[in-house]
Amino acid sequence: MAALLEIAGLEVQFGPVRAVDGVSLDVAPGPFGLGLVGESGSGKSTIGRAVLRLVPAAAGRIIFDSTDVAALRGRELRDYRRAVQIVFQDPDNTLDPRMRVGPAIAEALAAHRVVPRGEAAQRVRELLEEVGLDPDFASRYPHQLSGGQRQRVAIARALSVQPRMLVLDEPTSALDVRAQARILELIGRLRGERRLAYLLITHNLAVVSELCEQTAVLYLGRVAESGPTAELLAAPAHPYTRALRSAVPEIAASARAARIVLHGEPPDATNPPAGCVFHPRCPLAIDRCAVEVPSLREIAPGRLVACHRAEEVLAGIEMPEPPGAVESGTEPSGTVRPAPAPSPPAELAPPPQPSTSTSTSTQSAPQPRSKG
Amino acid sequence: MSFGARNVVNVDHLGVDDAEIVGLAGESGSGKSMTTLAVLGLANTVGATVAGSIKLDGRELVGLPEKVLIGLRGSRIAAIFQSPSMAFNPVFRVGDVALRALRRHGLTGSEATGRVEQAMRGVLLSPDLLRRYPSQLSGGQLQRVAIALAVALRAEVLLADEPTSALDVTVQAEVLELLRELRSRDGMSVLFISHDLAVIAELCDRVAVMQAGSIVEQGPADKIMSAPEHPYTADLLASVPAIERRA
Amino acid sequence: MIEIPEAPAPAPTPAPAAAQGSRGWLRSNPLLAVGGAISALIVIAAVLAPLIAPDPGDAGSATHPFSVLKPPSAHHWFGTDQVGRDILSRVIYGARVSPLVALFVLLIACAVGIPLGIAAGYFGGWLDDVIMRLTDIVLAFPALLLALALAALLPPSMTSLTIAISATWWPWYTRLIRGQAASVAGRPYIESCRALGISRRRIIFRHILPNAITPLIVQVSLDVGGVILTASALSFLGLGAQDPTPDWGLMVSEGQTYFTTDWWVVTFPGLAILITAFAFNLLGDGLRDLLDPRRVILR
Repeated sequence: MAALLEIAGLEVQFGPVRAVDGVSLDVAPGPFGLGLVGESGSGKSTIGRAVLRLVPAAAGRIIFDSTDVAALRGRELRDYRRAVQIVFQDPDNTLDPRMRVGPAIAEALAAHRVVPRGEAAQRVRELLEEVGLDPDFASRYPHQLSGGQRQRVAIARALSVQPRMLVLDEPTSALDVRAQARILELIGRLRGERRLAYLLITHNLAVVSELCEQTAVLYLGRVAESGPTAELLAAPAHPYTRALRSAVPEIAASARAARIVLHGEPPDATNPPAGCVFHPRCPLAIDRCAVEVPSLREIAPGRLVACHRAEEVLAGIEMPEPPGAVESGTEPSGTVRPAPAPSPPAELAPPPQPSTSTSTSTQSAPQPRSKG
Repeated sequence: MSFGARNVVNVDHLGVDDAEIVGLAGESGSGKSMTTLAVLGLANTVGATVAGSIKLDGRELVGLPEKVLIGLRGSRIAAIFQSPSMAFNPVFRVGDVALRALRRHGLTGSEATGRVEQAMRGVLLSPDLLRRYPSQLSGGQLQRVAIALAVALRAEVLLADEPTSALDVTVQAEVLELLRELRSRDGMSVLFISHDLAVIAELCDRVAVMQAGSIVEQGPADKIMSAPEHPYTADLLASVPAIERRA
Repeated sequence: MIEIPEAPAPAPTPAPAAAQGSRGWLRSNPLLAVGGAISALIVIAAVLAPLIAPDPGDAGSATHPFSVLKPPSAHHWFGTDQVGRDILSRVIYGARVSPLVALFVLLIACAVGIPLGIAAGYFGGWLDDVIMRLTDIVLAFPALLLALALAALLPPSMTSLTIAISATWWPWYTRLIRGQAASVAGRPYIESCRALGISRRRIIFRHILPNAITPLIVQVSLDVGGVILTASALSFLGLGAQDPTPDWGLMVSEGQTYFTTDWWVVTFPGLAILITAFAFNLLGDGLRDLLDPRRVILR
């Protein structure tokens, strides 16, 4: 089945920062969910924006339904914006504070002439009901609604133009626990009712576990690993995925695995490490990792990984914790660690040297994760 | 605790023992952050009044004169907040801020420096980072500096108000690990406030669940998380998405 | 160990409802009320001048050689000036002159400043640079001197005055709007609109403009006083209104030679300037408090 959305070799540059560095992903036609997981600086939000043509792509292609998105202009671009929509993370600022909910949704309807003007009000009410809101909310202002309700309005507005695909950028990060659960439930329901395809961008592994068939894990603008969500979470093939997975707090004590604590901070995007971008923080790093960029390769059917030691990780090699590693931040990123000779699988790699490098950027401090 | 006639916090009893981490869980608006302010004696800064009793080691805090409270803040009760960058004045180097705080609590220059550097190493940060300005440090690093300051001041109690909510998951894991160490190694008491139940489940020994200003359930963390008695707690727990395990 | 034992529990009550109705509003916005009231009075005086002024003819070129420089009395509440005209009437008619100049100046400044500001703020890039550099150039000159120079070049009249002052006023509004527009343009809901395919024109008029303009409303009301003072200063220097126009600044200028002996000729027009500027200032302050975005959100 041909992919609905194909991203190939996407690169996005913001000044000196390469936010997205050669990412390729596929989104199948709906109902389908692709999860994009990563922490701050991973580039996941940027990818979402690039798909909507809100930021320009420096290289690579984005192909939607066999059409090159980058080439679209004018009316075609507008039609594309009917087919693909986005819901942003921050419900507080997604809606114009001076506009009531009803007109805000109607505006989207009018921009694409989805319904004749006379029927707009009715359609607005239907949409509000569809997202689980009282249709009377149409006369309210955004500040009269809770965060979760505002997010629903944003979803209603996105749905009003009848898109085939939605990009959801951290749709629940700014919400309370129960509001989160309701939004996730809503997304699940809409997926079935409208046969939607979506790109779900989040830092929360549990969310992709619930809603996405496939997931891609991003680190510093590159794909670390991708594959069917269940398999990826149960048996990660990349050290970063494993660390991420183990870092997620669990309520049930039985679900907790040994915590793999990654020291150091996400690296400076203006000065990325040489070789594998993850190697300065990787407990399994070897000589080769500091020099050679691992390419994304298929190590099992449907599973792509970018790691020199992917097979070992997949097999469940134990990941050592660097003892008392003190962060000094005085070395530039990408320090080569004196590593042992590559060891055969199932043998513990000796712990790397304590001096973990940290970002020394004075321009922009790494952002909190909610900014993706 | 009230704003005018509106009662926002109505807590019967909440206690934190030595070397214990107690979690205060709840959604936004439940009053948990207000409780922090009340303990620090800062309720009046947001226009609220406090009635009732808050005791530190048997000593009553409510109604103490500001001068006495200033002496207590930082040195016996320390606090860290969600936005670490807001805790540090961006115009000063973090080291200067730390040293000034220590000196205000009576330590001499070299003593203060020694303690701070030792504390920094304790939180796995090089003392060199003290020379940096807040903008040159990441969120996780700043949060750890704030914790180091509490350690250097030999604070007995640490109030942590959503300290990891704005941090990446991997960085959060580090900070939580650090808090656990502080409890076991230094015997620090921590009141950990968060809306993230999973974090509370993992970190805390005991938990109190707040709803609309009152504590609806309180007890050992394991018990509350696995067998909640109050319907609100059950509702919260059911709402947390979990990574599904498929055989 | 830390303990928070029982707090006494008054039953939770809902927040006291915000002061309802007009009386509550007045109480919570005293500045606005007072400023608004006085400003309204001034406007009314201007409009009804022919009806309330005791000697409307004196506002023009009448002369009364036998009533020269009479002190305030029951017949002439503000006394008479150096050619015998009733000062009260002239002050009342003066309410038509300076405030009208202010009105036109501010209208022109807005008409120029708002489009330029929005263009600069929303589109950015070279357009922003060009507009801002233009603004900077004009702002480099001290406003009063620039107005002076322009007014001196033009034949002295109220029109010239208006033109001269407008020329120095628009850059401030351009800057103000540009900052606001740029800030609004960066907000997520604008990005949302773009993603939804909403036309640029609609984004600008329906979203950017209303959100950017609030500080300007406040600024304009604050500036009314400022323009009146500037106009009075220029008229005082002889560059604007000419005799017999009952402009307050001109009246002060003409009366200054008599100040030591006949204080009323200068004082009443001067007071008029003072009170008007003050009233509009209060109005502006009150408006600013009312329109404070924090208030909007707290609602």
